[in-house]
Amino acid sequence: MEASQNGAGDGPVVIANDITRRYGEGDAAVDALRGVSLDVERGKLTAVMGPSGSGKSTLMHILAALDRPTSGFVTIAGTRLGQLSDKDVTKIRRQHIGFIFQFFNLLPMLTAEENITLPLALAGEKPDWAFLDDLIKRVGLGDRLKHRPSELSGGQQQRVAIARALASRPTVVFADEPTGNLDSKTGGEILALLHDSVEGYGQSMVMVTHEARAAASADRILFLADGSIVKDLGGAGEEEILDTIREVTLT
Amino acid sequence: MIRVALRGLAGRKFRAALTAIAVVLGVAMVSGTFVLTDTIDKAFDAIFFESYANTDAAISGKAPDISFEGSTAEAPAVPASLLERVRQLDGVEAATGSVVDESATKILKADGKAINTQGAPSFGFGIDPEQSQFNPLKLVEGTWPASPDEVVIDAGTADKQGYAVGDSVRIGTLKPVQSFRVSGVAQYGSVSSLGTATFAVFTIPTAQTLLERKGKFDAISISAKEGVTPEQLVEQIKPVLPPTAQVRTGVEEANEASSEVSEFTSFIRYFLLAFGAVALFVGAFVIFNTMSITVAQRTRELATLRTIGASRKQIRRAVLLEAFLIGLVASIVGFLLGVGLAYGLNWLFKQLDLELPTTDMVIAPRTIVFAFVIGILVTVLAAFVPSLRATRVSPILAVREGAELPRGRFARYTPFVALAILALSLFLLGRAAFTDELATGQRFLFIGVGVLLLFVGVAMISSKLVRPLAALVGVPGEKLTGISGFLARRNTLRNPGRTAATAAALMIGLALVTFVAVLSNSMKASNRGAIEEQIAADFVVTSQDGFTPFVSGAGDAAESAQGIELATSVRSEVGKVANTDKYVTGIEPDRISSVYKFDWADGSDAALQDLGEFGAIVDKDFAEDRNLVIGDRFRFLSGSGRATTLEVKATYDPPPFYQLLGTVSISKATFDKLHDRPRNQFTFINVPGDPTEQAEKPLEAALATFPDAKVQTREAWITEQDEEFNQFLTMLYVLLALSVIISIFGMINTLALAVFERTRELGMLRAVGMTRWQARTMIGTESVITALIGAAIGLPLGIFLAALVIKALEQFDVRFSIPLQPLIAFAIVAVVVGVIAAILPARRAARLNVLQALQYE
Repeated sequence: MEASQNGAGDGPVVIANDITRRYGEGDAAVDALRGVSLDVERGKLTAVMGPSGSGKSTLMHILAALDRPTSGFVTIAGTRLGQLSDKDVTKIRRQHIGFIFQFFNLLPMLTAEENITLPLALAGEKPDWAFLDDLIKRVGLGDRLKHRPSELSGGQQQRVAIARALASRPTVVFADEPTGNLDSKTGGEILALLHDSVEGYGQSMVMVTHEARAAASADRILFLADGSIVKDLGGAGEEEILDTIREVTLT
Repeated sequence: MIRVALRGLAGRKFRAALTAIAVVLGVAMVSGTFVLTDTIDKAFDAIFFESYANTDAAISGKAPDISFEGSTAEAPAVPASLLERVRQLDGVEAATGSVVDESATKILKADGKAINTQGAPSFGFGIDPEQSQFNPLKLVEGTWPASPDEVVIDAGTADKQGYAVGDSVRIGTLKPVQSFRVSGVAQYGSVSSLGTATFAVFTIPTAQTLLERKGKFDAISISAKEGVTPEQLVEQIKPVLPPTAQVRTGVEEANEASSEVSEFTSFIRYFLLAFGAVALFVGAFVIFNTMSITVAQRTRELATLRTIGASRKQIRRAVLLEAFLIGLVASIVGFLLGVGLAYGLNWLFKQLDLELPTTDMVIAPRTIVFAFVIGILVTVLAAFVPSLRATRVSPILAVREGAELPRGRFARYTPFVALAILALSLFLLGRAAFTDELATGQRFLFIGVGVLLLFVGVAMISSKLVRPLAALVGVPGEKLTGISGFLARRNTLRNPGRTAATAAALMIGLALVTFVAVLSNSMKASNRGAIEEQIAADFVVTSQDGFTPFVSGAGDAAESAQGIELATSVRSEVGKVANTDKYVTGIEPDRISSVYKFDWADGSDAALQDLGEFGAIVDKDFAEDRNLVIGDRFRFLSGSGRATTLEVKATYDPPPFYQLLGTVSISKATFDKLHDRPRNQFTFINVPGDPTEQAEKPLEAALATFPDAKVQTREAWITEQDEEFNQFLTMLYVLLALSVIISIFGMINTLALAVFERTRELGMLRAVGMTRWQARTMIGTESVITALIGAAIGLPLGIFLAALVIKALEQFDVRFSIPLQPLIAFAIVAVVVGVIAAILPARRAARLNVLQALQYE
């Protein structure tokens, strides 16, 4: 089932234009990002990798409108983020951005179903049950809808989170270490699911990860080190990724 | 560990302060009460001891020992000739006679109405200014009166009414109103304020005339020659006394007066302390709740301490130490606030015309000790259970994410314990309410403990009620606010125990105000009912304050007013009937049935015609108690000391709530013969046609020279009493408001902690599209739901308590009546409390930086 997506019909879904992010002042200043520019492609899974301190998380936070760059700007679905008010940013979050966190961040007092429809409820929109039913089936949660997060396994909770992120059919989904808190078997299932969503729905996705296996399922892999993009691979296998990591870290 | 506790507190200064406030207000109330009542006691002591400072012996009339419901029989006066005889005694250095009347002297305000002393004495004195050593009054300005038209008034009256030396002032006594010239202003020794009491000082001959003591004195004060002790003086004096007089040493007189008054201040003290206790109780709830939450939130921190070797006992001690420190700070602040509150309470009483004498504030060591002991004790006790919970944190929780605190061993017994506590409380309340033979002190103890246990028990089971109540009050919230309301309701259900504990603090305050509202409404209804059942008259004449008797001349004047159909006066005084102290009234048998409806038990209106000189109409319950039937005789000793035998002519059954006639009613003529200065309780008047303003005018004109008396329609009289109930009710509301304020702080605290706890969750919600407004509304709605849960439990509880008390007061026939308006108002108050409590936490939630919130550990 093709999902029609919010925002402009063609072109990159997210554009970063010469982003720098500096923390602190003067001598104690730290440059987490130094002049990063990139276009996130539509309908593709882009992975962002790098050692800790490379700025990969910072980059994602800025792309996802969670943080403001010190200089440069971000454009999402054709709208420049710049000096938007909190209300407008929130609108953008509702329409264009989906989130998958490392720690599943579900609301404990809502059922799985209520968690999935939460962003829609916040936006005051009626759920499209035709799409949602298909999504829930695809994500594999059919019989677990009425359960609370405490009654679900880690893998099931992440599936709920994925369904929640995809439910409003956002322009782009940001996933922050989605398998970081899961065992390897479950992690593998989740990665397959993410890949499947990108393929099946044409969902654009940006995934930050430190696992080579996770990056291997991406269409494009960006490597960050010391606040800059040092390597931009198309799709690659696990071996090549591991080599590149070594190469990048030793520089 | 001490350092850990200290650092822990320092890191959470703001929260600790918020927790401490819960106890501060309770401690303040308790300290303030002690300071205020100690000061009043000292003021009264000063009054009495200054009065008798130079008096070694005092002669006064022997009052029959009759006292009922706070009224005592006035002592008769002693012959003036006694003064000369006493002066000639060996041991006597000096002696002076004085006239003292407690209630007949009414100073008029500029508008011609008498000053209303609200039951406090309005003294009329006749003093010999030459013998100033016996005079406790000190001139502030001017001179003592030297002629019949001069008067000295008290400084308080001069101040409030704007009378200065040289002004003319009108004063009513047992004689009609006269004008006097203010020759001076005085005060009682060092006492700066007499509260609502007033005094006027005349020359002795003037006082004797005005107050009908011609040729008599009310008291003779004597000082002893050097070398003669007061006791020896008393022995010298005894033989020359007539049988109606008695002599005591100055110290004995002072002690007697002092002890009578300290009963009264004791009552005020316990009354105010009760409210302080309520405030502390609510504070304890708040502390318990807050500390439970902080312990739960510091799980990882406590677990880490355990991993590095802290023992369970050390953890418990650390938590208790924190509580101790909070209690200590709360006590200090509370005590200081309490002193300020004493000034405030005095101001409150002043506004409600209930002022009492004061001097400089007395801060007794006992007050300071109490403040600290209570503040620390309440805090530590409230923190006890949370400290035990803290010990249950196992070290593994230092590394594991988001595990729940394990329930204690005894947790599953909680519902049973709660039911047991409730049963015990109902038992105690039942005993206190329904057993007859119980000392007052014991009864109050049972009630106090019973109510305390009731609140604790209800609070314990209230967590079970959270779900249905949240559904009840939350659904409208959802309709109003959409997704925010939905999430808010779910949030309150996350931890029903915590929601219940937060709501409990408000529940207590609301239950008590509801109790007070229902009880007072029932009393008003009963009052109205009782009066309407008994009185058929158009107009009623009473004294200004409505309950002290007034001058009989006023009744006579009313009787001769123009245009009336019928008027009859009812005399009243305490007396001893069949050896019991009761009120006795004198009625006019040929007129009384036109204005008063007797509910005859045994007999009929015919008995009135048959009353004769020694006939008596007797209250049915009293007759049964004393085994009296028609035709029986019993002894009567009047307040003036005259005895006679009366015969029962009929018995009647007045409404127990407010009996307008005395237990025994005799003919007015007989009454007057048996009393020195008979006074009226009422004068009832019927006019042809309706009781209109027109008809009232001639009555008011007739009473113009009797400023202490006032005339009203029956309806106006009832409404005036409703007003008095309302005034008292307002004071109770203000005192209970303190508890509501404490619970607001508790709710702010809990909400703030909840927001803190859910930081990451809030970040997530904002990240998936919740606006700031939605976040604020979610927190606000959660707060309102919690508050309304408190109301939903508190209001029925208050009604239940009122019903219980009314059942217990069955003998007074109080009619149960629930006022709807106040209850609705209380529900609205709950909503307002919810909104106010949420203001700061909601703002915090809305202002969270989304990124930081998401990364919060």
